[in-house]
Amino acid sequence: MLTQRQVRLAWLLVLPTLLVVVLVAGYPLAQVFYWSFFRADIAFVEPPEFVGFKNYLYLLQDPDFRQALWNTVKFTVFSVSLETLLGLAIALVIHSNFKGRGLVRTAILIPWAIPTVVSAKMWQWMLHDVYGVINILGVKLGILSQKVAFLARPELVMPAIIAVDVWKTTPFMALLLLAGLQLIPEELYEAASIDGATRWQQFWAITLPLLTPALVVALIFRTLDALRVFDVIFVMSGVNPATRTLAVYNRQTLIDFQDLGYGSAISVAILVLIFLFVVAYMRTLGREALR
Amino acid sequence: MRTWLRLGNRLLFYLLVAFVVVYSAFPFYWAVISSFKPSDALFASDPSFLPLPFTLDHYKNVFLQANFGRNLLNSVVVAGGATLLSLFLGVLAAYALGRLPFPPRNAVLYLVLAMTMFPQISVLGGLFMLLRQAGLFNTHMGLILSYLLFTLPFTVWVLVGYFKGLPRELEEAAYVDGATPLQTLVRIMLPLTGPGLVTTGLLAFIAAWNEYLFALTFTVGDKVKTVPPAIASFGGATPFEIPWGSIMAASVVVTVPLVVLVLVFQQRIVAGLTAGAVKG
Repeated sequence: MLTQRQVRLAWLLVLPTLLVVVLVAGYPLAQVFYWSFFRADIAFVEPPEFVGFKNYLYLLQDPDFRQALWNTVKFTVFSVSLETLLGLAIALVIHSNFKGRGLVRTAILIPWAIPTVVSAKMWQWMLHDVYGVINILGVKLGILSQKVAFLARPELVMPAIIAVDVWKTTPFMALLLLAGLQLIPEELYEAASIDGATRWQQFWAITLPLLTPALVVALIFRTLDALRVFDVIFVMSGVNPATRTLAVYNRQTLIDFQDLGYGSAISVAILVLIFLFVVAYMRTLGREALR
Repeated sequence: MRTWLRLGNRLLFYLLVAFVVVYSAFPFYWAVISSFKPSDALFASDPSFLPLPFTLDHYKNVFLQANFGRNLLNSVVVAGGATLLSLFLGVLAAYALGRLPFPPRNAVLYLVLAMTMFPQISVLGGLFMLLRQAGLFNTHMGLILSYLLFTLPFTVWVLVGYFKGLPRELEEAAYVDGATPLQTLVRIMLPLTGPGLVTTGLLAFIAAWNEYLFALTFTVGDKVKTVPPAIASFGGATPFEIPWGSIMAASVVVTVPLVVLVLVFQQRIVAGLTAGAVKG
């Protein structure tokens, strides 16, 4: 009987992957969960001490944690909604037929292909308070009345970083939405035109409803990414409280402050937050994909 | 009147297109020309929009003064290693999950799907301890292993899709001819999934090449450090002087291969990205 052998083979083939999953995700996660109930430093200079839920209680009162959570939410809401609008606009533009469409598609892939650290550095240079091209051009064109230290002013640094993230991630959004647009049958638009619907009416009656599944997928996908943002924030403004997101604060507690116990509690909190979104993600996508 | 209106519309449309192209491409263009300008031109109050005057000093600087060559090599080893290992393990698992009768298949797929969304930060402390206990802290192997956290689930998930798409008859014909499932995988299925392997491999490589958090945390000094943390911490001769020219040169060096790869494999990457996103 082939099936019996096949089942055994299947297990054998999946086993290495499962082992890796346990090694790089399961075991470290168990450690993080375990140490979140201790007062411990990451080098074990002092013997660890069991403190129960103390770390979690502290987390609820920690103003730095609250600020980091707020920064994360702000970053997520603004960057995801801006890039969705912009991505939709770009997708609609490249969906229509015109000369040089391939070139445009290529151009919008560039930001996606650039490593986040590199794009953060590039923009840091472009946003430089004295020599940055944005300041020089802004003043020359009369958009800015004087040069601005975008990354040093507390009220400007977050918007500036969000703008950089939007630049970097919009292409991805545009591509996902373009894939969704291409699934909409052309006949629907033809029928609508014959019935005398304007472009605008067609957009609301056909494009948007039929694009919704792709839009939801893209939104959840990008939201997950934004909630765990680290690179662009850390490179552009380090551990500045005005921009410090959950991931940045978490790394700071764990590595800079060497606080394994409290840092682990923050990690668990982030995991719970993300988990809620993953459940939503699975609900919308998992079932379909497993079919 | 109507032709004028249409012409105006057309013009507006192309203006929009031009804006999209400039918006996407200008920052990289600016990085490239900045990397070729001598320092005094770089810090000019009226910068030129062409790489004039032109110099290769920053590139020389990056490779001679800093340990950038070493960082580059580390990145190749780590990203390449993580990609090959993910492809090897991923093919085996994906074949089983996509083609063999396997009762807990959905459970395993859910596990893998959940992992593709795993926040790296929430295992940072645990991985840090694990790598230290295992003596893998500040080693290439340590980074490669930790990168499997995100490269392997993605690889498995996308390859399962490719395997599922292959026609059933191929396998049956092979079984009739007396081939074992493993022979069927290696001789028949694998060659057919070639394009899928290239796409997933490329995406895994890019993800590993760009990774910052683990590389920053699990390495010390330049022996193992990959390019992203190296670029992020590029310092000048004094703390007050940031070597923008050199940073831009280093940025161009790590980005050009990626941009070329992405442009060459454009179609496939778009397909892989959307498949990966739609399916996980």
